[in-house]
Amino acid sequence: METVEYIPRIVGAGLIVIGAGLGIGKIGGSAMEAIARQPEATNKIQTAMLIAAALIEGIGFAALFAS
Amino acid sequence: MLTKKIFSILVFTFLITPFAVFAEGAHTELSELSESEKKAAQKEYIDHHLQDSYDFGIWHAYGIEFPLPVILIDEGLHVFMSSEFHHGESVVESNGKYYKVFHSKIYRTDAEGTINMDESTHHPSNVKPLDLSITKNVFTIILISILIFWLFKSVAKSYANSMIPSKKGRLLEPLVLFVRDEIAIPNIGEKYYGKYMSYLLTVFFFIWFLNLAGMTPLGIGVTNNIAVTFGLAIMTFLITQFTAKKDYWGHIFWMPGVPVFMKVVLAPIELLGVFIKPFALMIRLYANMTAGHVVMMSLIALLYLFENWLARGAFLGLTLFLSILELLVAFLQAYIFTMLTALYFGAAVAEHDDHH
Repeated sequence: METVEYIPRIVGAGLIVIGAGLGIGKIGGSAMEAIARQPEATNKIQTAMLIAAALIEGIGFAALFAS
Repeated sequence: MLTKKIFSILVFTFLITPFAVFAEGAHTELSELSESEKKAAQKEYIDHHLQDSYDFGIWHAYGIEFPLPVILIDEGLHVFMSSEFHHGESVVESNGKYYKVFHSKIYRTDAEGTINMDESTHHPSNVKPLDLSITKNVFTIILISILIFWLFKSVAKSYANSMIPSKKGRLLEPLVLFVRDEIAIPNIGEKYYGKYMSYLLTVFFFIWFLNLAGMTPLGIGVTNNIAVTFGLAIMTFLITQFTAKKDYWGHIFWMPGVPVFMKVVLAPIELLGVFIKPFALMIRLYANMTAGHVVMMSLIALLYLFENWLARGAFLGLTLFLSILELLVAFLQAYIFTMLTALYFGAAVAEHDDHH
């Protein structure tokens, strides 16, 4: 492939990383707020955060491999 | 003291992985190639390391390897050792048919070993026989399965004598209880979790041990193979469908508690979801593991590209940190796979009075 044909792929990869980063960052942020409010629910919140993060990361990786 | 020594040896083994991966690369004259040739050679090396191979090479540069049997079904059964391929150089003749290895795949050729490249797809257009050989991945899966079987069988037997298990059991018992109390019971519920425990435990330890094996310097990439993760996802899919209760299908096609026209709109989406959820399981595990390996190997390749020793030191530190992170990812991916599987099982056996 010509070098210029790589540009859309790289831009796409960057967009995917922005999307996944924003999503997981938001989840992490709200999880930390929730833990600060109720430290005794830390385990449940951590579990839920990991599930949501894994789901978003799954899509992110699938899109990354397609680009 | 002994356990401390064993532990430090184990940690050392994992930490020298980055070096061992490219130890063989030192034997090719990388410094003499030009910049783009170096990059191409490194790309090919990385690709070769991520793929399956027909012999089990522990250290190719020093010749520590042993060949594995190649079993092909191509109008008859052909069995021979992969050492006859001589690392992809020679053509093997078996029962009148000739075979050659090209980019880690076996093709049927003629006596000279011609590979006809298809112009449009850049893939060989030779016929591929049905390949049932014991490759490196298959061998590793068999080895890890025997290891897990022996480990848990001996721990289970030690429960016959006392409430506290044997020494290995003391490491494994909290893990098994973790799978039961944190993954199975919260997601599936008290009533039905027993049916699924054996599958959840198997999947958890199988994926975890396979991911860890991929981190060793041996260059075994079992979960890097999408066919392996496809097999695991298919098992989850089949178990979910065949042990589901009537409420599960009711929720997919006719979701209760929602106006009628929404039910009609939701039905195809839910049906797609039934297939997409295991598909995402497969992609998640495959992509996480492969991406981790590719990034690690690319960082080490950068070590060879730069001449500046400060840059090399920085990349070495980064690779070390990434290797430690990969160990965490190995466990995390096993946990996520098992937890999502338990979630799908829980949705399958959910009873009607649970949540509405």
